[in-house]
Amino acid sequence: MTLSRRTALTALLSLPLVLQTRAALATPESMQAALDDFTGGAPVTPGRVTLKIPLLVENGNSVPLSVSVDSPMTAEDHVEQIAIFNEINPLPDTARFHLGPRSGLAAVETRIRLNGSQTVHAVARMTDGSFWSATTDVIVTAPACREV
Amino acid sequence: MSVLINIPDSAAPGEIIEIKLLIQHPMETGFRTGPDGALVPRDIIESVTCLYLGEEVFRADLYPAITANPFVGFHLRADTTGEIEFIWTDNAGVTSREARTLTVA
Repeated sequence: MTLSRRTALTALLSLPLVLQTRAALATPESMQAALDDFTGGAPVTPGRVTLKIPLLVENGNSVPLSVSVDSPMTAEDHVEQIAIFNEINPLPDTARFHLGPRSGLAAVETRIRLNGSQTVHAVARMTDGSFWSATTDVIVTAPACREV
Repeated sequence: MSVLINIPDSAAPGEIIEIKLLIQHPMETGFRTGPDGALVPRDIIESVTCLYLGEEVFRADLYPAITANPFVGFHLRADTTGEIEFIWTDNAGVTSREARTLTVA
């Protein structure tokens, strides 16, 4: 059997279809859905949250991240939850932290995986039901999740 | 399962202390394929809880986007001498527990 030009072209054109059958990744839209799930559709105001994450990441398998929220952390007025979202990992949810007045300081840190350059979102829920957020654009040179 | 807990032994009343946890765990995402081409089953820690005098003071819900050997840092206001307990649970429901005593004076 010889490889005709037609067969070769067909094979070449169907290649993207084969690659697309891999696991679906999160999109900014599915991230928005996860965010709405967290807020219950309430408005999110930028501010009061500080998100510290490197702007240029060499290794997406381990990215240090710290979030602090401007709050007195008293019994009446404190941060209840801090949620981290990403746009293009397989899942938009990254981490959720449940705090209380015993925390004393609304500051948490962890290390996350990032599957490519994207915007990372941190959203905090206060006792009064308001939501505050911070976002950072991160450039990742070696993404996580790509190795087999 | 090995864990590193960074926490002071003692604190002044009302002092805010920092607690850092580093838990040894593969945090297998469930999205990767193994050498046979099949998906490697998910194996992650789903929650890390801190109890102070038996009361929950902090909890972290972790997802596959958290690195292998998850690291979690948070704060706590010290007011009474007592036991600080750390409990973490993986997606198979296996729970591990570790405790430290904090002296407040």
